[in-house]
Amino acid sequence: MSLMELKDVTKRFPGVVALRNMSLEIKPGEIHGLIGENGAGKSTLIKVLTGVYTPEEGTLIMEGKEVSFKNPREAAAHGIACVYQELNIVRLLSVTDNIFINKALKKKNSPLLEYEKMHEMAHEVMLSLGQDIDVKKECGTYGMGIQQMVEIAKAVLIDAKLIIMDEPTSSLGEKEVAQLMKTVRSLKEKGISILFVSHKLEELFELCDRVTVMRDGEHILTKDISEMDNDSLISAMVGRTLDNQYPKIETTRGKEALRVEHLNSTGLLKDVSFHANYGEILGFAGLVGAGRTETFRAIFGADGHDSGNIYINEKPATIKTPKDAIRQGIAFLTEDRKGQGLVLTQSVRTNLILSSMKKCKKGLFLDEKHIDQLAVDNVEGLKIKISDSKEAVGQLSGGNQQKVVIGKWINTNADIYIFDEPTRGIDVGAKVEVYNIMNHLIKAGKCVIMISSELPEIIGMSDRVIIMREGKIMGELSRDSDLLNQETIMKAAWGGAIQ
Amino acid sequence: MKTKKMKDIVSKAAPLLALILLFMILSVATDKFLTMNNMMNILRQTAVNGLISAAMLVVLITAGIDLSVGANAILCACVMGMLKNSLGITNPFILILACIITGLCVGFLNGLLLTKMHLPHPFVSTLGMKNVLCGLALLVVSTKTISDFPAGVTFLGSSNLFKSLDGFSGIPLCFVVLLLIYGVYHFFLNKTALGRMIYCVGGNPEAARLSGINSDNVLIFVYSLSGFMCAIAGLVIVGRSAVANPSAAISPYDTDAIAACIIGGASFMGGKGTIWGTLIGALMISTIRNGLTLLNTSSSVQYIVIGMVIIAAVFIDVTRSRMEAKARRLAAK
Repeated sequence: MSLMELKDVTKRFPGVVALRNMSLEIKPGEIHGLIGENGAGKSTLIKVLTGVYTPEEGTLIMEGKEVSFKNPREAAAHGIACVYQELNIVRLLSVTDNIFINKALKKKNSPLLEYEKMHEMAHEVMLSLGQDIDVKKECGTYGMGIQQMVEIAKAVLIDAKLIIMDEPTSSLGEKEVAQLMKTVRSLKEKGISILFVSHKLEELFELCDRVTVMRDGEHILTKDISEMDNDSLISAMVGRTLDNQYPKIETTRGKEALRVEHLNSTGLLKDVSFHANYGEILGFAGLVGAGRTETFRAIFGADGHDSGNIYINEKPATIKTPKDAIRQGIAFLTEDRKGQGLVLTQSVRTNLILSSMKKCKKGLFLDEKHIDQLAVDNVEGLKIKISDSKEAVGQLSGGNQQKVVIGKWINTNADIYIFDEPTRGIDVGAKVEVYNIMNHLIKAGKCVIMISSELPEIIGMSDRVIIMREGKIMGELSRDSDLLNQETIMKAAWGGAIQ
Repeated sequence: MKTKKMKDIVSKAAPLLALILLFMILSVATDKFLTMNNMMNILRQTAVNGLISAAMLVVLITAGIDLSVGANAILCACVMGMLKNSLGITNPFILILACIITGLCVGFLNGLLLTKMHLPHPFVSTLGMKNVLCGLALLVVSTKTISDFPAGVTFLGSSNLFKSLDGFSGIPLCFVVLLLIYGVYHFFLNKTALGRMIYCVGGNPEAARLSGINSDNVLIFVYSLSGFMCAIAGLVIVGRSAVANPSAAISPYDTDAIAACIIGGASFMGGKGTIWGTLIGALMISTIRNGLTLLNTSSSVQYIVIGMVIIAAVFIDVTRSRMEAKARRLAAK
């Protein structure tokens, strides 16, 4: 009998199906790997298992009985625990306090806490995980590896039968990874099942018994890891065929617009060098956290960097703040539209002039007529669906919000457009419209740089593709190269060589 | 669509309706309320809070707060007192100039503390500033109350327009000036680039920064403007009471102003609030005070009622933003 079984689980969000008839089976005492591209639905799956989301369709069967979790507490009561990528550690509290954070022991007939006992138990459980540490010390004084062990200790202490680990090694050093692997194996020996979500194939091969591959919210395969190799896993992950939803146009490549040389930022970017031309779309591919956004935040002046040179129109450029970057003709559409792109409480028209307000003045006051005209032009040109430009931008759909952000940048008359995940969370129709806007820009001789985690989009729209991994550029592929396909890009993004 | 518009109008007009309701209740409760002179009294009592509320409004729009407003206004008054008593300056022009410079400097300093010293939230820095200013106010006039200001200084706070012999007390000049300032504010906040930027910095500082708006400069301006308005308020206080009393620095000017702004639709979350809403909020508070006095309620009860109004206003604020967030979620579906 399997420990946990998902059958035909479907979870929808406005405009997207995050999980589609997903199935998953975890046996008792196995280490089960789960992989998939960015946005394949892994996070949603974890949240269904831990009771954060309730699926619309499908069943969860635990040890032969159908269960349904209304909230994380119910999932925990059934023995399901999750160690998230972002740890839930209160750094200023002791290790013991963190472990007992929601189940502190009280003395009999007294409101006071049984600290002696708790310290003892905390020490014991940490010891069983191979950590002989002082549990009375603040958690924040220990490194990430031990903080993660504290999270695992919490799971062990509720007698978890299934521990989900979401990219547990992403912030650990080599030694800590080795220790984690040892701990995971010892948990398995105790009969605890582990669902191990990772971006690193070598870890899966080393650790897992079986592996499940997801793509587009669907189950692709579940196999013994011994039956798989690097290539078969990657092709299972990408497996999509390119359809014709990409309205790619041919343009002539112009002069160099932007050149970056030896950009370094401690812990984020390592010697990043590339150039982008007018009249082309330069795609940036890679896994989440590969340093693509960080590269362009540094170029745009949103974050600082340690060293490196930036040239615009072949002249050295100094950019310290976003204001400098805008003045020099750079536009940066951020991936987080609501948090960084728009002022949701303000009107569409105000958001459209957010970056060019100084240009919309007539004497002391804002030139409302000019802004009206601009808003009308933007709404028509970008096909923004609104009834009135005085509407608050927070009321619009994702696609329309994105078009407002694009309008904001077009109104600055920029020459270099950096689009970070421009089609994330918007529907298919709006996606094509965003592609057409990019086409329009390169036809007008502008330079477009597109960061995207959707490989078909990268391949469908880019003239050249640069692949990044762990803050480094892994290689570049041109549109006319035979190697420009999903397999090659994925291999490079996962650390392989381009060949 | 139409019902949405209706709801919008109702939610915007709600403070005005509440004010009208309050007027009706008080008119029935006491016949001393709805007289021409009492109305003028309310306007007179609104002026100081109205000016300080205007100071508070701009910082609230940027999701900040300025707790030093009342102390700043009193310090400005006391600086005039010091110049008059210690240095013998009676030229109203110089006194008023000193008053305004003091207010501006304090505001500018608040702005610097927030932006350049990266203090976490202006609540802390302006609370500290409030205490510093209370002390300074006492210090500059050696804890004495200063009186006998020249007419040029008290003019703004004490004059009345169209005063007549048949008993009409006249329209208080300070309220007329308040309306003029509010008019300028209206144009400034709604029609100028800087005004629009203030709302944007308040609504989403990160988006504003990434859009090339220098948030630091906007914030420094906002706190300086707040200081300037406090100086005008200090001038009116001197005119109304004919004295500069340093111990008034601890009066609840700041909470009254916050209450006026929140009642008028501003939010602690920033990005929202209008000057006309603030006017209604300020009128509401002075009407409550005035009505309770006419009903012979003790000052202790007045404190309790005003306190409850503030709590109710904040409650309305959080409920409103929760409802709006919910409406957004529903609209997105």
